[in-house]
Amino acid sequence: MTAAIGEISAIAALLVAVAGAVSSAVALRTRNDRLVATSTGAAWALFGLVTVSAVALIYALVSNDFSIRYVAFNTTRRTPVYYKITGLWGSLEGSILLWIWMLSLFTGLVALIHRRSQKEILPAVLSVMFIVSAFFLLIAAFVASPFQHLFPVPPDGRGLNPLLEDTNMLSHPPFLYAGFVGLTVPYAFAMAALITGKLDENWIRVTRRWTLMAWLFLSIGNLIGGWWSYHVLGWGGYWAWDPVENAAFLPWLPATAFLHSVMVQERRKMLKVWNLSLIVMAFSLTIFGTFLTRSGVLSSVHAFSDGPVGIYFLSFLGIVLIASLALLAWRGDALKGQPQLDSLVSRESTLLLNNFVLVAATFTILLGTIYPLIAEIIRGVKVSVGAPYFTEMTAPLFIFLVFLMGVGPLIAWRKASLDNLRRNFLVPGATALVVGIIVAILYVRDFYPLLAITLCTFVLATVVFEFYRAIRARNRIAGEGALQALSSLFERNQRRYGGFIVHLGVVLIIMGIAVSMSYSREKEMTLKPGEGVELGRYYVQFQGMGAGEWPTHFRVWGNFQVFNQGHPLGVMSPAQRFFPIQQTPISRAVIRTSLRDDLYLVLGGFAQDGSHATVKMLLRPMVTWIWIGGVILVLGTLLAVWPFGRQGLGDEED
Amino acid sequence: MRKRKKIQLGIGLAVILGAIAYIVFGGLQQAVVYFFTPQELLAKGTAVQGKAVRVGGVVEKGTLVRDPHTLKVSFTLSDGKKSLNVLFQGIPPDLFGEERGAIVEGTLQPDGTFRANTIMAKHSEEYKPHKDGSPPDPKEVYKTLLTGDRR
Repeated sequence: MTAAIGEISAIAALLVAVAGAVSSAVALRTRNDRLVATSTGAAWALFGLVTVSAVALIYALVSNDFSIRYVAFNTTRRTPVYYKITGLWGSLEGSILLWIWMLSLFTGLVALIHRRSQKEILPAVLSVMFIVSAFFLLIAAFVASPFQHLFPVPPDGRGLNPLLEDTNMLSHPPFLYAGFVGLTVPYAFAMAALITGKLDENWIRVTRRWTLMAWLFLSIGNLIGGWWSYHVLGWGGYWAWDPVENAAFLPWLPATAFLHSVMVQERRKMLKVWNLSLIVMAFSLTIFGTFLTRSGVLSSVHAFSDGPVGIYFLSFLGIVLIASLALLAWRGDALKGQPQLDSLVSRESTLLLNNFVLVAATFTILLGTIYPLIAEIIRGVKVSVGAPYFTEMTAPLFIFLVFLMGVGPLIAWRKASLDNLRRNFLVPGATALVVGIIVAILYVRDFYPLLAITLCTFVLATVVFEFYRAIRARNRIAGEGALQALSSLFERNQRRYGGFIVHLGVVLIIMGIAVSMSYSREKEMTLKPGEGVELGRYYVQFQGMGAGEWPTHFRVWGNFQVFNQGHPLGVMSPAQRFFPIQQTPISRAVIRTSLRDDLYLVLGGFAQDGSHATVKMLLRPMVTWIWIGGVILVLGTLLAVWPFGRQGLGDEED
Repeated sequence: MRKRKKIQLGIGLAVILGAIAYIVFGGLQQAVVYFFTPQELLAKGTAVQGKAVRVGGVVEKGTLVRDPHTLKVSFTLSDGKKSLNVLFQGIPPDLFGEERGAIVEGTLQPDGTFRANTIMAKHSEEYKPHKDGSPPDPKEVYKTLLTGDRR
């Protein structure tokens, strides 16, 4: 019954999406207001039907309806309700349903928010969004339906991979999908601009908040992915350049480039083709990422199945690319004749360089990710591209990006005078140099980390310096106190000052990555009770084993007393968990976090009689900075998008 | 912008692009690690000795020996046709065990053993409990063998 409801509403949703695409296309031609209203209605009908379908699946998951194959494969009777609900995106079929659920919600919101202000192009926007929806519904209804039956009905389900039973891991996919799906909105507006020929900055201004929100979700999704990897997978790293991680990271790069380059178009009417291309690139990469992770072409920690969807996603990617490029070519003439770059020392050229670096990083990572596929197809050999390729190739790019992050927001538009440069960069530059020299004398001698720290300091100094000057200026002009001045800065130009906060977060993340990558240490030892081992400033002493029954598994742990230069810091108990369904234990790392470094213990093995235990110890400096930077990045983005009520959607000026 | 400046900019961009492409492809050539089955690796023999490669297979039953004090691990990795003796020192990852798929990265030694510096175990979502105790079909394991990896 549940399955029938879910299935029928998915098929009905598909029909509505197709009807909506047609009616909005006709509305675009005929300018018939009633047809526009029909399309808007279709958007909400679509959302309603998909909601029924998704709720049906959630209901089936919660009520242990093992006659549905998806339910049997993603839950068990023992699974807590919370994990049952999140089973919605436990594998391919459910996550496609979640995707289309979000997409239909966004389509409805676009129809609602922009129905008056964007009357002219809204039918075209909706048409594009309906077409994308129809594609996903086609998959959900016919190719990878989550409502397939299972017979005979098993007495119990098989359940999720225990590694995925983690709060963070479960919030990771929805954030990523929200980011991916969110990029559909600026893409649809871009296509609508091309279709209708309204090629001014309107589509960019309208979608500013949408793009920023999508970018925020993508950033959060990737950060949570790193956090999960670090805290749960027990290998001590947060990013492995796994193809699946790359797939999630790739759209983030052109989306970031886009957020920066649109400022050039808004301000100088330049880069029209480029901005359209960037959003096409970002959107295509979301489809490509889904193809990569869901088609089974690469198997990895997240690879879900060798499902049948690969060819559909690849075809859809082809259609998207061809249609977008054809539209671009068709409007090519109208996009010509833009103002030219005045000087290479200017804000627009800095932003252009930023774009160049981000796109170069995109292609570098894309190439490394798909190279194994290419090699297998062309040469018939199986190869892999290791993490060193990605780190070595992208580190210089990202470090250069940090430099641009310091220069870009302060350098003058058009052509920066010597005076402008001196006024803005003398103090931060000198600060960075002094800090760099001190750090070099005291701690860090290696080129890359030293360069990264110096440039990060430079950016920090520019941000602090800029806030200081802006607050002082408001104090002089309006007589405001520091706090009041700060709030009016955000109120007056939330994108600019929110952006500074985001940059602050990014700088902390990059500092954390640079230092933790360069100065990590690790030891693996087998210890008898009473024995200890030194790692950096820590001394780790094995005390004994413990064991106990947990709700879902049996747990064995080792007790390790940790000392910091002789002072006892307490006991850390890394564990191994024995799940009934798994043959080998899953370890649970324990991390002692501080701003300076993380001590990371993994129980590698033990003697049943407790006579010895093998422990892996990692000392990873400044990893915490990554998570702190992540939180600051999120806050900064929220400051930039939050509708403070003063203006309508997206009308602030730089 | 004047025409001359435009040309300068174009040449500049082309040079940068070319340099990046050169570096990237060079890096790719160096970073590529070949993947073999034990049979393929042993057939290559001396041709791959000393080169870092990856080998995937199933850890054979009854061959896994771990010394908790030296952390030395030895086992044979099989693709159902040939077996490869693997030596490793350290803590193998979770999900590593007998009759399970694993990938090792390291070098083939002149004596025919394989010295691994990394072991990667499968994190397949579609894991199957082997309640009847039968070993997994190597073909099934290969389906889930990684191209990407952790640890």
